[in-house]
Amino acid sequence: MNAIEAERLTRRFGDFVAVREVSFTVREGELFAFLGPNGAGKTTTINMLCTLLRPTSGTARVGGHDIVKEPHEVRRRIGLVFQDPSLDDRLTAWQNLQFHARLYDVPRRAFEERAKRLLELVDLLDHAHQEVRTFSGGMKRRLELARGLLHQPRVLFLDEPTLGLDPQTRRHIWDYIMRLRDTEGTTVFFTTHYMDEAERADRIAIIDHGRIIALDTPDNLKAMIGGDVILMQTTDDARAAERLREALALEPRLTEEGLLIEAARGDQLIPRLLGVLQNGLEPPLTVHRISLRRPSLEDVFIKLTGRAIREEEASPLDMMRLRHRLWSRR
Amino acid sequence: MAFLKTVYTIWYRDLLRFLRDRTRIFSSLGQPLLFLVVFGNGLAPAVAAGMGGVDFRTFLFPGILSMAVLFTAVFSAVSIVWDREFGFLKEVLVAPVSRAAVALGKVAGGSTTALIQGLLIMILAPLVGVRFSVPQILTLIVMMILVAATMTSFGILIAARMRSMEGFHMMMNFLLMPMFFVSGAFFPLRNVPLWMEWLARVDPVTYGVDAMRQTALRGMIPEPILKALILHPLEVNLIALIAFWMLFLIPAVWLFSKTE
Repeated sequence: MNAIEAERLTRRFGDFVAVREVSFTVREGELFAFLGPNGAGKTTTINMLCTLLRPTSGTARVGGHDIVKEPHEVRRRIGLVFQDPSLDDRLTAWQNLQFHARLYDVPRRAFEERAKRLLELVDLLDHAHQEVRTFSGGMKRRLELARGLLHQPRVLFLDEPTLGLDPQTRRHIWDYIMRLRDTEGTTVFFTTHYMDEAERADRIAIIDHGRIIALDTPDNLKAMIGGDVILMQTTDDARAAERLREALALEPRLTEEGLLIEAARGDQLIPRLLGVLQNGLEPPLTVHRISLRRPSLEDVFIKLTGRAIREEEASPLDMMRLRHRLWSRR
Repeated sequence: MAFLKTVYTIWYRDLLRFLRDRTRIFSSLGQPLLFLVVFGNGLAPAVAAGMGGVDFRTFLFPGILSMAVLFTAVFSAVSIVWDREFGFLKEVLVAPVSRAAVALGKVAGGSTTALIQGLLIMILAPLVGVRFSVPQILTLIVMMILVAATMTSFGILIAARMRSMEGFHMMMNFLLMPMFFVSGAFFPLRNVPLWMEWLARVDPVTYGVDAMRQTALRGMIPEPILKALILHPLEVNLIALIAFWMLFLIPAVWLFSKTE
């Protein structure tokens, strides 16, 4: 059976369509990523799947239950880690877990044993009886991960699980997520706008402007790009692009980083590129830098949307969140 | 069963937070104490003529008691707004539990903390020459529970849809302070303008103060003087408080259940 089945899930806010007829399935035990820029509809989708938001139309089944008709049954079967911390920071880590266990009706004896094991997995057992407000951002996120799995959910939802954390902590959080997934065998659905995080997933749905524009394994997605990616910087990228189109019938793309060219055999193309750019042009062009690499998810995103994810500016809402986060950390 | 467990869980968290926060317990004792000592002693000589021989501090004490209960109760409901702002409410809202049970748990939590606060104030009674018998203490506890439950429900009714702390504070200034001032906690509601008399009549706090005052002072001062100081018989106060409680509780639970 599938862990999640979304069928034409749609949510409007007034005239704005945040999520538009999104359909996909997540298999049992899968690590599934929702990748997209800020404001693409990732959080709206996750909120609908978690029954926090009613879809305008369409529906989904999570853990075998309908999110609209049986929200209570769905809630029983899911664990959640939100973008923003949702711990009671006046209570200890243990008391937070205890509160959760009571709400989810985890039997007392099972609770003690599970809470200990989960705290150990996220390396917080030594801090179990410390007040959460003394925790760092990374520790709080780890505690939330442990809490999200306390009632043994069928599906664990992670909404931007590493947002606002520094790169080193981000890597650690992912080590913990992978460790938890391996020991608990839970289906994990997560959203992210970081390519390297999406890379870890079994399958990725790329979402942009409320629509899924591609859905496949990371390798298959990257295979959409024919082979290699060549990136180069010249004295005049626009003219260079023009020249390559005429002389070699290539389709180079102008990006902030420079000129982007896809090629089946990049190693063989580079000498020819240099040839046509440096000979027969008046005034001549200088190639400053040229590099060859395997395609990344970023390249896939650029190919599909014509722009890079990280070029997106933060939305006002995200700015507000960030400010709030900085403020509440004090 | 699951319903009661949720009520208990929410109640227990509120209590745990309250007990962990010792500074809050003691600092919230400070204000009533200040009122009692400064107002009590400052105003006593000036108002002596109008009190029919009753010491003003003795008169004031039940008012201060209801003040402590009232403010603790309402401000415990603030924690809903607080939890919403700091994200914790999401943890509760996404759990497979009845929202009505969550709201009732909040009422229970707020009432309990308010009751504890009231009991702490009662310890100060000898300071102003008030002594209670056991039946008096029991009646006062019942009254404090009723006032606390009524006012927590009132706070939740307001907090249920409130998104910001600022909004809540504004509502409190425009509602809570007037409610407290016209309740007769500070002065006897005799020979007051008609508008104030009417405001007092629709103010739930009035009935709480009146009930606590007659319970606290009965036996300490001559019955005719007590009769002149109080507004309604105890039973009327009781019924009025229960009526107000339901008036706040039912829409509060309903509104909270509808939160998205």
